[in-house]
Amino acid sequence: MTDPTIVTYREAVRAALADALRRDERVFLMGEDVGKYGGTYAVTHGLYDEFGPERIRDTPLSESAFVGAGIGAAMGGMRPIVEIMSVNFSLLALDQIVNNAATLRHMSGGQVGVPLVIRMATGAGAQLAAQHSHSLEVWYAHVPGLKVVAPATIADARGMLWTALEDPDPVIVFEHVGLYNQKGELPIDAGPVDISRAAVRRLGRDVTVVTYGGSLPKVMSAAATLAERGIEAEVIDLRSLRPLDDATITASVRKTHRAVLVDEGWRTCSLAAEISARLMEQCLYDLEAPVVRVCSVEVPIPYPRHLEQAALPQPAGIVAAVLGTMGGR
Amino acid sequence: MAEFRMPSLGADMDAGTLVEWHVKPGDRVERGQIIAVVETQKGAIDIETFETGVVESLLVAPDTEVPVGTVLALIREDVPTIASTPAPAAPAPPSTRVEPSTTIATAPVAAGLRISPRARKRASELGVALEHVAGTGPDGAITTEDVERAAGSTTAPARPPTPTGMRSAIAAAMSRSKREIPHYYLWHSIDLEPALQWLAATNERAPVAERLLPAVLLVRAVALALREFPEFGSAWRDDGAVPPTGIHVGFAVSMRDGGLVNPALHDTDRGSLVELMQRMRDVTQRARGGGLRASELSDATITITNLGDLGTHGVLGVIHPPQTAIVGFGTIAARPWVVGDAVLVRRVVEVSLSADHRVSDGHRGARFLRAIEAQLQHPEAL
Repeated sequence: MTDPTIVTYREAVRAALADALRRDERVFLMGEDVGKYGGTYAVTHGLYDEFGPERIRDTPLSESAFVGAGIGAAMGGMRPIVEIMSVNFSLLALDQIVNNAATLRHMSGGQVGVPLVIRMATGAGAQLAAQHSHSLEVWYAHVPGLKVVAPATIADARGMLWTALEDPDPVIVFEHVGLYNQKGELPIDAGPVDISRAAVRRLGRDVTVVTYGGSLPKVMSAAATLAERGIEAEVIDLRSLRPLDDATITASVRKTHRAVLVDEGWRTCSLAAEISARLMEQCLYDLEAPVVRVCSVEVPIPYPRHLEQAALPQPAGIVAAVLGTMGGR
Repeated sequence: MAEFRMPSLGADMDAGTLVEWHVKPGDRVERGQIIAVVETQKGAIDIETFETGVVESLLVAPDTEVPVGTVLALIREDVPTIASTPAPAAPAPPSTRVEPSTTIATAPVAAGLRISPRARKRASELGVALEHVAGTGPDGAITTEDVERAAGSTTAPARPPTPTGMRSAIAAAMSRSKREIPHYYLWHSIDLEPALQWLAATNERAPVAERLLPAVLLVRAVALALREFPEFGSAWRDDGAVPPTGIHVGFAVSMRDGGLVNPALHDTDRGSLVELMQRMRDVTQRARGGGLRASELSDATITITNLGDLGTHGVLGVIHPPQTAIVGFGTIAARPWVVGDAVLVRRVVEVSLSADHRVSDGHRGARFLRAIEAQLQHPEAL
């Protein structure tokens, strides 16, 4: 790394973790292989040496047990960060997350909160086959009591964690595996960022493309292609998957009158489906064309590279979807 | 053969535009079924038929403006079976009549017209007829640009924009009211404490969906008082008062874009309060969404205007012709109130009556207000 301000997404997450561990002694990290091994995706590499086994804890291979332990620690006053290797494996902890973490503040009449942060890798593209590659963010975005965020940029990877830790309720952070090696500039003074608003990543007047997480780079690439053809796409990065920032999305669609939703989840009951419904509720009379969704093909994500790529949203498909909404233009 | 005519949906409506048919010749229709949509100055209204039978022919094409009373369609009514008919209930032979394709005089708008929602809205604002607009959007859909291009090529919009339409309808009705109706005004304060305490206790026992707002008590109290004083529900038509056929309280609903409508709650004096509350919610929602039925727009026998939620002390309303009275409620506020020899804090509402002096006198009006007050002292009977 020649320029100290150019970092990878992975390094940005690691910097955020180290910063949180230094700032607040109640913060600790636990999960499978986060300690001595340095993390399955090498995100926590080096933290064990700096902070020791008390604060960087390797856990048994039981998602239900260590997420449950994290919930207990949070209720007891700690600020745990629990890493689940992949969202696919988080299903083993679904009961802890949905029935306990999300409900306890409500069920205790506000007496007990669960200030827990759970980080998970999500998404496909790394040829890890069906059981490691799905995008199940929407399963959590469905649940009241949870906040769900998806940092798609270096700055968000660096800045969202501290804000999530300060939240009095459980926050789930989705890190797309395709983003870990992305490089970008990180300002020297980079710090916490909000986790509630969507961000306009590119201004445009002709069509709104809404996306999040690992699909953002693909959408930006599609927008560049469209610009060569004279079509200016406005790109919205959701950042927060629950709650959804309706105001930012609808303001953009009221301006462009067209919407394309890009979501690596499967189309049926997807986040794209939810946003589409909200656009019907709030923007129908502003729409010039049907809302179009670009989602993953409804198959278990394949292992072979060409099939895996064919199953995922790609820039060419996004460009085609946008052109489809433009009609004769 | 029954004639289905362009209805009058308000005293000042003299013409309406047929927007859409929900039926075609040969369809069976039941009394009360919505068979057409008519655009008035108050928005698009669903129109019911009063006949049961078979649609014989449609005489007016969509997007045509016709005067009130114009026959829009012919409906062949069901012939009741005559007992003395010798033949044992032989089924009528199927109609051999072939519907001519020229039943509709002018070219209709294609039922599946492909147009974006935004363009449709813009077209209605600009008064652009859509039949001849070529679409350049996805799959040949008409876009807003297409509509605006078409509007630019015509000299004047065929129809005025809707909000202006509603504004002018209000202007016409209110000007006529103030020009023709000799209003008199009465004012009364009502102690609502017993009613509100009863309401709180009732709501505590009720499931959330069945909880009541104070407004429903006020509406019901007016309806019940009208049983004793029916003249305040009469209409003024052709230089005379026409007694009401029922108690249908209309209540003013303000529109988000400005303007207001006052849909009727049919038989407001009957049914449970919970049911009345649900009807008020439903009608308010449909009034704002443009889904009112014709009967709801034309049948009100008296209007209630309530500006209480804005903190307004009271309101002296303008009568909506052909009605002959309007009751106004202000905000419900805690006030010093003399009960016996003591000054107590009570929640009080100001009620007003604006009434037509051609039909009633102040003496009856005062007693009408007292009757409303009396109803509210016994909320359990509402």
